[in-house]
Amino acid sequence: MKLLSLALVILVGGLFIAATADFPHWGDPASPASRHVSPRYIEKTMEETSVPNIVTAVLADYRGYDTMFETAVVFTAGVACFLLLRRRDPRPEPKRVYRHVATGVIVEMKQEPAKEPSPSVFARIDDDWVPHDLIIMNVCRLLIPFIQLFGLYVIAHGHHSPGGGFQGGVILGASIILLALSWDLRTAMNRMAETATGLMSAVGVFIYAGVGALCLAMGANFLDYSSLGPLMFVDPIHARSLGIFFVELGVGLAVMATMVLIYKNLASEGHLDQGL
Amino acid sequence: MSEHFPALLVIGPLLAALVISIAGWLRPRLCLPLAFIGVGVAALAATGLLVQVLASGPMGYRLGGWDPPWGIYYFVDQLNAVVAAVVAWVALVNLVASHQAIKADYDGKQGPFYTLYVLAVTGLLGMVATGDAFNLYVLLEIASLTGYALIGMGSSRAPMSSLNYLFLGTIGASFYLLGVGYLYIVTGSLNMADLATLLPPLYGSLAVMAAFAIILVGLWMKMAFFPLHAWLPNAYSQAPGPAASLLAPLMTKVMVYVMIRMMLSVFTVDFIAMQALLQQFIVWLAVAAIVAGALFALTQRDLKRMLAFIVVSEVGYMVGGAWLGNRLGMTGAVLHLVNDAVMTFCVFLAAGCIFHKVRGTAFEDLQGLFKKMPWTMAALAAGALAIIGVPPTCGFFSKWYLIRGAIDAGQWVFVVGLLFSSLVNVVLFFRLFEIAFFEPMAEGHGHGGHGHAPAVALAEAPLSMLLPLIAAALGLVALGLATGPLVKYVITPILPAGLV
Amino acid sequence: MDMTQYIPVLLTKYNYWVYITLMMIGLWAMIAKNNLIKKIIGMSIFQTAIILFYVSIGAKYGATIPILSHGHGGAHEAAVRAVDYINPLPHVLMLTAIVVSVATLGVALALSIRIHRRYRTLEEDEILSQLREQ
Repeated sequence: MKLLSLALVILVGGLFIAATADFPHWGDPASPASRHVSPRYIEKTMEETSVPNIVTAVLADYRGYDTMFETAVVFTAGVACFLLLRRRDPRPEPKRVYRHVATGVIVEMKQEPAKEPSPSVFARIDDDWVPHDLIIMNVCRLLIPFIQLFGLYVIAHGHHSPGGGFQGGVILGASIILLALSWDLRTAMNRMAETATGLMSAVGVFIYAGVGALCLAMGANFLDYSSLGPLMFVDPIHARSLGIFFVELGVGLAVMATMVLIYKNLASEGHLDQGL
Repeated sequence: MSEHFPALLVIGPLLAALVISIAGWLRPRLCLPLAFIGVGVAALAATGLLVQVLASGPMGYRLGGWDPPWGIYYFVDQLNAVVAAVVAWVALVNLVASHQAIKADYDGKQGPFYTLYVLAVTGLLGMVATGDAFNLYVLLEIASLTGYALIGMGSSRAPMSSLNYLFLGTIGASFYLLGVGYLYIVTGSLNMADLATLLPPLYGSLAVMAAFAIILVGLWMKMAFFPLHAWLPNAYSQAPGPAASLLAPLMTKVMVYVMIRMMLSVFTVDFIAMQALLQQFIVWLAVAAIVAGALFALTQRDLKRMLAFIVVSEVGYMVGGAWLGNRLGMTGAVLHLVNDAVMTFCVFLAAGCIFHKVRGTAFEDLQGLFKKMPWTMAALAAGALAIIGVPPTCGFFSKWYLIRGAIDAGQWVFVVGLLFSSLVNVVLFFRLFEIAFFEPMAEGHGHGGHGHAPAVALAEAPLSMLLPLIAAALGLVALGLATGPLVKYVITPILPAGLV
Repeated sequence: MDMTQYIPVLLTKYNYWVYITLMMIGLWAMIAKNNLIKKIIGMSIFQTAIILFYVSIGAKYGATIPILSHGHGGAHEAAVRAVDYINPLPHVLMLTAIVVSVATLGVALALSIRIHRRYRTLEEDEILSQLREQ
């Protein structure tokens, strides 16, 4: 079976390579792809959208419809993971393991306590606990706000430097996942509740589609940001720039929430109590 | 308003899906009405679009206000419009029929389920309406991802079937993407109409041939064309009822539509006519698909698996018809696309009704069903007659066009294949009805002491499932009677002049 | 056979060949490996190779990244020439493809967890033998 698939794969690869015979050379500035559609993007972006980052302008304005569906794909993945994995039944025989905050002693409670101990005195930890690591926990705790600040910067500065909604959203999501990895999933769950995450994921895509529907309501075609000019008291060119900014915000929100949602469901196998 | 129909067709369900997701977290009871609104808007927009295109010809829509090929362009002609209308209405009727089953089996997860359902409809409708090759890939992935998740929610074997579907589906979609990449390298454009003007000077080049072949193989994987069909029987038979009756009729048909669109509008018929060897090979492969689907269906002991193999056979009809290379064949393929969507929907919905009451679809579970569920079995019989090809159901007319096209092209093997599979379908369904007509033996012995025949309890499916099923069965006859206008006003205008 | 005629071809098109080779490695892993996670990794390799293939289409010899350096200040004075900036369109398309591949990866992993819950293994041959026993 392995040999058969190897032969098949080599054959297919050989056919693909043979077909590259009449491709333009790598880096050829006169190739069809460089001469046909893209010169207008490069030359006219500044005067049509006033956004210096051409990739952002093409992504969110010229081909903004694709990007909306791309955000919807991210949202779909989050909903799919939630649908497939989330279970509300408790784990069989959960162990109750606590750490005494003041001394660091680990205790396990054999029976259900009458009253849940106060979290500041006894912190609940995962039942496959690892020793309390001072360096990792505190370094990450100090870094995470800066990571989030950087993520916001990447979203906001997407007009002028490489960045944008997707990149910034992933950085923001990664900051929460870092919290879950360096502390534990319970801490990350307390910081970002499940309902809020799910709502943010949908609201992010809704912002994008909503901006497009607003353009429709203003009489222009879907996602034609220039029609939003009167609403924001700017001329159509700057309306495009602002429209790109708003949709990038929506994208960043949706991507952050979905990354966290997928991580939580995968790491805890749907129970959302403890995990990696 | 009416000039925005192409956008509303896709945006309506998308916005509805997002609101359903929000409602699922806050007010779950609103999910079902919102789903109705979303798919309903799509159905109305599709109908409006069809009426408009029939009245005044193809219409386009510039998204973002940019002209093609710099912006994304939606192009709707008669072919798109009729496929979009079929997809939207089948999805709506399926929603009406399935909401009770969803409430029974997935209570507590209705929000995500309806979200994914409406997103699947969005993806399918977007694929039908678009005129941009890359936009099609993104929408294909939306439809596929929602499909993988919906199928994975089924029985205990469903996640494995869905993962296999995921692997093969991802290879297929990636091949499509690679093919579009090859086309982009040699032309620099992604817009379908623009490609059609840029490609003719390059027809002899290896890159264009390879692009065509790669795109074709990718689409075959997604439409389950033999021998790349391995994922379909498991995936559609293990899927939950509402998902199976949404995806089985629509997903493969939309992929066949995409193939026909690629053949007619991107690589025009002139290119196809240059590939005589490929044409013959594909027709033989189609015959193999038809025969293999029919033979595998004969060996099955479960209703849903049998129907899934019949779907594989039907895909063979459509691909073979499209590649016959003449007007009659292409007419037959497009007509069969529309008809088969409704036929498959009817039989899968009947199977869903049976599962809802009997909790199983193996042949042993179907004994005596004619007495217990007469209306469901009547609709299943109507669907069976359509699949076999009995007039006046729609199945007869599309098969008639396919046979005429095959005779016209001299492809006698295809004619034999079509007739063989019709005979096998007769055997399949009459065997099924024989089992369903006679009650299990054990009951008969137990009541021997009484003086009267035992009254069999009528355990019919609920009305919300039954009425849409009967509507679908009646639709089969209505479609059959409407074949003339369908061919004259919808299909004939879109056939290019170069096709004889 | 004069092999030196192929050297120019190799030097100017080796990017496409490398990425096609990567694609085939990923494809082979998806088909031939037994463990589900290895198949998923193969799928990732396959999709990433396609992404790299597309991005290499946009390269231009001697051009810079597609961000206008003189942004809001001097952009209107200096004319922007397309030959100075690489093609932005493949980058845009591949942003979409990267996101799609991540989403597919997420759904594949969720399905794998459900399979593991049910069969207690992730090796395909063990799952098939468990299925056959039923």
